[in-house]
Formats: sequence, C-alpha cells, structure tokens
Amino acid sequence: MTATRTDVSTPDPQPTRPSPLRRLLPGPPGTPATGGSTLLRHLVLAVLAGTVVVLVTNQLEPYQNLQVARVCAFLCVTAGYTVLVGLNGQLSLGHGALMATGAYTVALTQQAFDERAVQGRWILPLSLLLAVAVTAVVGLVIGLAAARLRGPYLAGVTLAVATLVPAITTIFTDVFNGEQGLRFPTETPPAFLGAYFQPERWLAWIALVAALLTMLLMANLVRSRFGRSLRAVRDDEVAARLSGIHVAGSQVLAFVVSAACAGLGGGVYAVLTATVAPGKFALDLSLFLLMAIVIGGLGSLVGAVWGAILLVALQDLPSLITETFTLPSDLAQRLEGNLALAVFGLILIVVMLVAPVGLQGAARSLAARLRRRAPSR
Amino acid sequence: MYPIARRGLAAATGLALLVGASACANDAQQAAENVPGVTDSEIVIGTHQPLTGPAAPGYSRISAATKAYFEHVNSNGGVNGRKIVYKVMDDGYNPANTENVVRKLVLDDNVFALLGGLGTPTHTNVLEFVKAQKVPDLFVSSGSRTWNQPDRYPTTFGWQPDYTVEGKILATFVKKEFPNRKVCHFGQNDDFGRDSLAGVEKILGPVAAKQTYTTTNQQVGPAIGALKAAGCEVVVSATIPGFTALAMGQAAAQGFKAQWIVSNVGADYTTLSKQLGDKKVILEGMIADNYLPMAGDANDPWIRAFRKIHEHYNAANPLDGNAIYGYSMAYTFIQALLSAGPDLTREKLVEAVQKGGFRGPGLTPFRYSKFVHAGYSGVRLNKVQNGVQSYFGPTYITDDGEDQVREFPEPPVAPPEDAIPTS
Repeated sequence: MTATRTDVSTPDPQPTRPSPLRRLLPGPPGTPATGGSTLLRHLVLAVLAGTVVVLVTNQLEPYQNLQVARVCAFLCVTAGYTVLVGLNGQLSLGHGALMATGAYTVALTQQAFDERAVQGRWILPLSLLLAVAVTAVVGLVIGLAAARLRGPYLAGVTLAVATLVPAITTIFTDVFNGEQGLRFPTETPPAFLGAYFQPERWLAWIALVAALLTMLLMANLVRSRFGRSLRAVRDDEVAARLSGIHVAGSQVLAFVVSAACAGLGGGVYAVLTATVAPGKFALDLSLFLLMAIVIGGLGSLVGAVWGAILLVALQDLPSLITETFTLPSDLAQRLEGNLALAVFGLILIVVMLVAPVGLQGAARSLAARLRRRAPSR
Repeated sequence: MYPIARRGLAAATGLALLVGASACANDAQQAAENVPGVTDSEIVIGTHQPLTGPAAPGYSRISAATKAYFEHVNSNGGVNGRKIVYKVMDDGYNPANTENVVRKLVLDDNVFALLGGLGTPTHTNVLEFVKAQKVPDLFVSSGSRTWNQPDRYPTTFGWQPDYTVEGKILATFVKKEFPNRKVCHFGQNDDFGRDSLAGVEKILGPVAAKQTYTTTNQQVGPAIGALKAAGCEVVVSATIPGFTALAMGQAAAQGFKAQWIVSNVGADYTTLSKQLGDKKVILEGMIADNYLPMAGDANDPWIRAFRKIHEHYNAANPLDGNAIYGYSMAYTFIQALLSAGPDLTREKLVEAVQKGGFRGPGLTPFRYSKFVHAGYSGVRLNKVQNGVQSYFGPTYITDDGEDQVREFPEPPVAPPEDAIPTS
C-alpha cells in the first residue's frame, strides 16, 4: 500500500506554517487561527455544488436522476472510507457490510413505523439518523478490535465482517426475511412540488443532501487537528505517540466516523429502492468500494467523487455493451454477469500503472505541471 | 473582512440559485406523453431473467423461447400490425440486481409492460415500483400468492398455478396414495417455500419435519440429513431445478430413500438429468406435477406446433419444459394483447387480462377476474419412468383458499394454425 503514503491534503490553506512536517502535528492549543473561514469556504463550495446538481437533475430523465442519486449514496460511503484508508492507513474490507447495517436499520425502522400506521416526513431523517448511530456503534466494536491489529490481520477481520453480515440475514430469517429481504414504504415527493414532480428527482435530492453533508463534515475533519493527527498516526505511530497523540484512540475514532458515513450511505441506498436484500451487500461490494477509492485517489475527497461515479457507471456497462453490439447470445449472457468485475479490475491495473496516486492525484499533478509551464507574472 | 464579505455574497448567490433551480422543471408536460413503448409499428416490453447465477440452469432458456415465439408472431405480421420487441435483462436471480434492471427497463427503455419477470424473491422487491409507475406487470414467472393482490398491486398478474394451489393438490394426492406415511417438506427459504408448505399443511396438517435452503448456499447436506434422521418417507420439495438436483443427489449419497414429490418449477426432467449427469438414474420414480403439455409427448398437438417454431427460431436449445413454458406464456400474452384491441393502452391491457377467458396450451382454465389476479387453477401429476416424464391420473383444480380439490374433466383445446391465437 505505497499509495497510502502520499500526502493528499490539497494545497495548504495556511501557507504560514513553516515546514511540511509541522502540518502533521496538532497546532498550538487555543489558536483557532483561520478555522472559521475553512468552514465557510467549504459551506460555499457545498452550496455551489448542490446548486449545480439540482440544476442538472431538473433537466434529467428519471433513470438518470436515479443514477445521480446512486452516485450521491455511494459518495457518502467512499468519502468516509477514503479518510479511513487513505488518511489513517487502516485497511477495512468490511464497508459493504457496514452499508448493509445502515440499510437494514432504515428498513426495520421504517417497517416498524409503517406497521403502527405512523406516517410523517420526519420518519426518513429519523431512520437515517438511527442508521448512522447503529452503524457507528458497530464501527466502534470493529474499530476497537482494529486498533490492535495491523495490515493483513486487520484486512482479515474486516473481511470476516463483510461475509458475516449477509449470512446473518439468511440465518435470522424471521427478522431479516432471508435472501428476499425487507420492503418498506416508498419515499414520495412532498405535495407542494406539484403532482407531476418526478419521484426519482426527489430521491436524487435526498441523496444529494446526505452526500453534501458528509462531504462538508469530512472536508472540515480532514483539515482539523483530528485530521492532522490521523495522518500523523498513519505516517509514523511512534512519532505520533511522542507528539502526544493517542494512537489507538484516534484509530478507533477514525473507524467510527468512517462507519457512520457508510451507515448513512447504506441507508440512503436502501431508501432509493425502498427495499433491502443481502444480495446488494455481498463481498464484491466491499471490494468494489475499495477499488473505487484506490482508483479515485486514496485519501482524497475529490477522488471519492470519482470513485462513486465509477461505481454507478460500471453497473450499467454490461447491458450497454451487450445492447450496443450484437453479440452471440451465449457470449452476451456470460458478459452480463462478469463484465463489470473485469472492467473494474482492468481500470484498476491501468490506473495503478499510469497514475499510482489515483485519478485525482493524476489530475493534480497535471494541473501543477501546467501551472509550472505558464508562470504567473 | 473583505474575503468574508465576498464569501458571504457567494453563499447568498448560491442559495438564490438553489431556490430558483428547484422551481423550474417540466414534468407535467412529460406526464401527458403518449402510451410508453407503443408506436404504430412496435410494442416494446421487457423482463428480468436469471441468465446467470443459481437459478440459471433451466430457467435461462425460458426467455429464449418467449423471444423465439415473438419472432414467429412478428414474421406473421405481428399483433394488429405491431411487431413485438422483447427486452431481456439478466438479474442473476439476485433481488438487488432485479431492482436495478427493472428500473432501467421502465424508466430508461420506456417499456409498455413487463412480461414474465422471473422469481419470487426477485420480483417481490419491484412490486411497489411497478405499482407507482402503473406498468402492466403480466405473468410473473413464479407461483407466489403475492402477485394475486388486486387491491394492493392492481397491475400485477400471476400466470402459473400458485404454490398453495399446487401444494394442496400434491398433498391431496399424498393423502390418497401414501396414507399413514411420514410426510416432510423441503423448501426455499422465502415465499416460494412458505406458500408451498401452507398448501401442503392445509390438507395434511403439520408435516413431520421441514427443512429449508437459501439459494446462495449450496450446502444442502445438513438439511437432507435432518430429513433422513426424522425418518421421512415422502418429501414434498419446493425447489428450483438446481436445488432439486442437489437435494436428490445428496439424499442418494446419504442412502436416504424416500418418495420425492417435486413442485413443477423444479421438476423438468431434461433440466434435472443434465444437472445430475450420469447420476440421473436417481430421478426414476420421481413424482411431480405440471399444467402444460409434457415436452416429451411427441404426439401432443401443441408440442408438435411448438416444435416447428422451436426448430426455426430456437434450435440451439433443447425443447424441454422451460421452452414449453416460454412458448405458452408468450401465447397467453398475445391473447391478452388481441383482447386489449388495436387502440392499445396500459389500462386496456390490464382490463383485458381481468376479463380473462383465455384457453391455450394449459390443461386448466385461468382464474383471472377483477378480484383474482392468479393464473392457472390447477395441475396434473406426472412421473418419471424409464427416463420419460409423463402424465398420469386426472387433472385437478382448486384455489388458494378453502375450496376443495376437484377433478377437471374437460379435455385440452386444440392449437390454432401456426400456433398463433386469432382472438
């Protein structure tokens, strides 16, 4: 995992700091410096990005809006995931299972309200909050174990989680209804938007709010004292400890934050179809998530956006190819099932060869090269 | 102060844009569009099928047959001058994929209707979506009673006999032919297994032992061992073909001898013998049921008619129970389209199926009405002898409620010319 070593914090917002090493350490206590404006800057960015996406969704067809919604749901997950793997250096293979935890929490909560004939707009935010909370608790448990484990051992434990969670749903059929999964009431647009308002656009907006909120929180977190201590722990645990950072504590906290994001993403993902089934959260989802953040650029939040887009784009690729080209039917059949995996693997290999720090890293070094070539006067 | 003021301004502009953006969409205009998927020359319909995955053995050939039948109809002029375009999407029998492909079919490909979406766990999860989109959801390829809820899902219809109807008839047969034997149930861990068990227990009371399997786990050994330990003499099995083969193979390996009585969805002899290879001899004596002409019966007029289409459009696949299923369902769909008339709308198609009255390859009538969206009303038993699966005894009909199991004496109807319905 050499890629985890690259420092991917965007151009330093505080050029007053003397040495790059200093940045890794917590700043002197009691000086908020320009912290307030970091928040404001991110808020403005978030509002602008939100506006652009809303403008775009107004022009899109229903299915494309659903794609936007899926990207946003995955973005919640990849943003938190890339912070954990890229900035804190903990490799988790169980984030698909954490998504499942969030999704099932939403489904069970909404079902419980539906059975008691309770209705209201507040049920959705409440169930999503619960999803975040429950997944954070699960993340805490895994994080506690993870703080004691390194490298392949940590990967092994989280891999077990990834395979265990879908299995639990088929064992406790009474609660989770096995392979068939759970259904809950569909989220409909509020009446004031008009009778003909596209339901998929409403879903896209819900997912967008969740994604922007996650990105905002993560962007601030990365630039906070906590974010710096995460990087310090990743780069050198002994040095970090010598600087007064509680290594295990920050590792556990990183896992909890990342799990909470995965829970939110999973919950939103469930809301998009108003169903959950274990088939959605199989082991390959966890692996796809990892590939997505590696291809996007580990530790980079913009890279997380690339990753989320890739995750959704590749879902539709096989049917697109088999529809565009007339292939022999048995070849088309075989492709339908496996093409996404093959293409994902191929992209991973190519990206790792051409741009070892991911798409975002490549974009950044390209921009830097252009800047150098055209010196400012 | 300056930068903050500038940022504040930017934020305010952003918010204003956001509010403005939410107001301008043109959905009302789009909603008033024509009938989706229907033009003067085409009807586009779609389906989700397990072309890969645990249910692919056997079932992947159903849509090939349906498609072949539509090609046959198209080459004879189509329906009311319109050719049928059948879009088949693979969902791998994974409910998570089904949601995705059905949304693609309805929202992106704008299909007029869904036809023969396959699987209980898969299709259950798209019902709410289908209802919200008001898409006719005809002839779901599964016998779950879920499709038969006209109040909740007004556009969804079953086609094959439901698993409770089937379970009741199988249990009635068991009660008569195997009295005082220990009867057990082996089923899929979802509505398929549950509905079947409900039907069996309606007639026989609680079974001696019941075991289930999940489609993602091929280890059926422990479940079969438990049935053996319970001393089962008759096993009613609600299984998809791959798991019928696994279960019977496992039973043979464990030296567990019982009379297997298998639901029609998992009992096609051609499919099972291909799965079992040289162990296919264990299928001898297997009892099952069906409601369509037996693929092995070369003298049946329907099989003769379908064979002609098969050899012309679908020769790469064997003419087995799956193919007959695909042809027969496509036949019923053409009947429904004809009944809906030349001025085709989604509402008219739903009304046409509710009107019902279709007779075709099936041995029994359909149950369709305004209040019942269930398909065939009964089955006839068959048995494997010397490598041939053939019918015996009378045809039975019943419903999924308290109705008695009765014999149905009417003979099947004869196929029209070219096996294309005229009305």
